[in-house]
Amino acid sequence: MSTRDLFTLRNTHFRIGVGITAAILIVTAIAGFIVLPFAQPWVQFANVWDAICSAAGVTQRAPDVTAPQQAKRLSEVVLTSNTLSRPSQEAIGRGATLAQRCAICHGPTGVSRADSPNLAGQYAAVIYKQLHDFRSGARSNAVMSPFAVNLTDQEIADLSNYYAYLPRLPAYHPTPQLPKPNIVIYGAPMRGIAPCGACHGSLDNKTGSPWLEGQSEAYMKAQLQAFATSERRNDISQQMRNIARAMTAQEIEAAAAYYASQPPDVVKAVD
Amino acid sequence: MLVNRKLILAHFWLAFAVFGVALTLGAWQMFIRSPIGTWLSNPELYYRSLTAHGTVMGYVFPTLVAMGFGYAISEAALQQRLVGVRWAWAGFWLIVAGSIMAVIPIALGRASVLYTFYPPLIGNVFYYLGVVLVVVGSWIWVALMSVNLRVWRKANPGAPVPLAMFANVAGSYLWAWTAVGAALELLLQIIPVAAGLKATIDAGLARVFFSWTLHAIVYFWLMPTYIAYYTIVPRAIGGRIYSDSMARISFILFLVVAMPIGMHHTFADPQVGAGFKFIHSAFTALVALPTLLTVFTICASVEIAARLRGGRGMFGWISALPWDNPMMLALAFSFVMLGFGGAGGLINMSYQLDASIHNTQWITGHFHLIFGGAIVIMYFAIAYDLWPHLTGRELIDVRLIRTQLWLWFVGMIVTTFPWHWVGILGMPRRMAYFDFGDPAIAPQALSVILSAIGGFILLASGIMFIVILARGMRAPQIDAGPYRFALAVHQPKTVPVALNTHALWVALMIGLTLTNYGYPILNLALSSGTSVPAVYVGAQ
Ligand code: HEM
Ligand SMILES: [Cu+2]
Repeated sequence: MSTRDLFTLRNTHFRIGVGITAAILIVTAIAGFIVLPFAQPWVQFANVWDAICSAAGVTQRAPDVTAPQQAKRLSEVVLTSNTLSRPSQEAIGRGATLAQRCAICHGPTGVSRADSPNLAGQYAAVIYKQLHDFRSGARSNAVMSPFAVNLTDQEIADLSNYYAYLPRLPAYHPTPQLPKPNIVIYGAPMRGIAPCGACHGSLDNKTGSPWLEGQSEAYMKAQLQAFATSERRNDISQQMRNIARAMTAQEIEAAAAYYASQPPDVVKAVD
Repeated sequence: MLVNRKLILAHFWLAFAVFGVALTLGAWQMFIRSPIGTWLSNPELYYRSLTAHGTVMGYVFPTLVAMGFGYAISEAALQQRLVGVRWAWAGFWLIVAGSIMAVIPIALGRASVLYTFYPPLIGNVFYYLGVVLVVVGSWIWVALMSVNLRVWRKANPGAPVPLAMFANVAGSYLWAWTAVGAALELLLQIIPVAAGLKATIDAGLARVFFSWTLHAIVYFWLMPTYIAYYTIVPRAIGGRIYSDSMARISFILFLVVAMPIGMHHTFADPQVGAGFKFIHSAFTALVALPTLLTVFTICASVEIAARLRGGRGMFGWISALPWDNPMMLALAFSFVMLGFGGAGGLINMSYQLDASIHNTQWITGHFHLIFGGAIVIMYFAIAYDLWPHLTGRELIDVRLIRTQLWLWFVGMIVTTFPWHWVGILGMPRRMAYFDFGDPAIAPQALSVILSAIGGFILLASGIMFIVILARGMRAPQIDAGPYRFALAVHQPKTVPVALNTHALWVALMIGLTLTNYGYPILNLALSSGTSVPAVYVGAQ
């Protein structure tokens, strides 16, 4: 016998094999696409075809619902790991010129003498997102907002690239390095808090999260408290608010003091 | 007649070497996330290790065992020199190259994406290219198995294909088609993004492609084990195969019902329609058929051996079995683990029950019991059985072999039973750290410690296994005689064409894939707006 005799209805094995398989397929299809959808009293189908389409997973347009009006603006920035990669020398140069107006608070080398954030060597995507949020009003600050409202998209990108390009320098008034508190290395898994370093650079970096080493203690504490009370709300999907709300006051103190005491050169390099 | 012994040995040695490394990583993972290890402070190291462990155990190790065993079957069962030896070596070296290519980015922390790839997480492109090379190398093996069978058929027109080779080729076809899902995912979706040609990926579609591979790959892992059940065990314990046709039917059923059911891995996924989930679930239940056929046939074959040895009575024959024979032990252990694992599998395949254990440690406990336990213990048995024929030297230390098998069995039970248990309690899988100091999960600490101890028992057993094989390379020389497979009670003179060829069953396998996967894949591929930005490992 050859395969020519295999695929013919005269071959019992062919009849049985194909027959049983097809029968099972048909029975399960009827059950899965017609019987079971109608067996769910809580779903209404217009007709059989409607039920079949639903069970097959046909993509359907959701009815037009308007998103609820937000009392306050939320961040509309879209960040991917490709945002702002590979800036040109000119872009950095333009950024340097623009940055002169920032120096009064953020320091001529990007390291602040006041309690403003240090920007030298900060991830470009971070500065980019914050400037956009200040401009749109998603984040507001009496000093910063007026500077941001008049920036163009190009200027925001150039500034971000310039600061990211600057070398990371030690902070002013460094304190002796503190040991890592638990909240920083372990987070608090039972309260849904990941270790800080899982996003903020010392273990791994998630796009849009700043590195924190050497930042002002007072500044970090204030931001954590602002997240916890939802006074600050420009974090995408409440990522930081959810964490800050679950932190205790002592943990906030400890995390801010720890990060302020660290030199910035332990931060994971950007590629 | 084993001519190309070097080729077969090379496959086995590479398989067991990488197995040893991955096993050590596995034991370390168990330890480090248990209450007896101190937290690393860096979850990335855990995921690096997990990616290496999963990639080796899932892709490299079983593939090499199936290939080496397949070449041995082809030569010994067909009594014909392997055709295409150079190609076989080319396949082997592709796997070596692919493994090295994949392991470097993993070790550097550039590909901590786990062996299921997890898009939109994207790692270094060389990791995926390495996996592709491994698969391509194994496809050469598939082609060679088919070619060798064809050559044999020409020389023996109409003769029944020896069972071992029939099953081996069925396994190779299953693998060829199974791997297509992940290959499509890698080539069409992931690699373009990893290479920087695209920045978005349809993660839902990728999961559907992966499910195409993920279920049937399990049956590919299982094939050498089933071949050993049917064609080695009865011979080794002095019995006969109860029914040659039953065996053939089991293997072809695996082709048909193992492949188009992978969507039971996407029960919790919103992008797949419930109707398709139901069909896949129903077909999954059909896998019970070849499984139960096998359990029945093998028990009957074993009973034949016992009665030939003078066993009597309804159950009295069991004590007449050669329990000091490693093959007998391995089979018994494998069946016990298959039984427990199968019972757990019933829960996984039920749409509703699955929800209670989805993504928990239950799943990892389950597949370690089936794969690491029932399947891998037979890989050991295969190696022990073949070794004297490959090296021309005797494996003298039968007691050590028995101890090794006992340890693997005990270790696997100690590891996986508590592992299932914490899963039922809700402990999620793929977590690098658990805070057992917290009262909410403190009661689970004991179970996790038990699992970790089991892991070290397994590690000890694995080391013993490698030592036994290595010592076997230097033992006194013997003439092991020709390598034989078990004979059936009624050795077939002729076999109906449907049970002597694979075409009909391969056609059904492909046909069912089209009916069960065609629409979901097309629907996702053609819908717009389903892609999300890729998240690059280690990038900022
Ligand atoms: C010493 C014995 C072993 C131990 C202690 C061990 C431990 C582990 C652990 C802890 C995980 C991670 C589970 C999770 O993240 O929830 C894992 C995953 C895995 N193991 Fe093992 N393992 C061992 C042996 C094996 C064996 C023998 C195999 C198969 C031959 C195997 C195959 C796998 C696979 C495929 C994964 C999945 C990786 C993933 O989920 O990405 N393991 N193993
Ligand atoms: Cu499966």
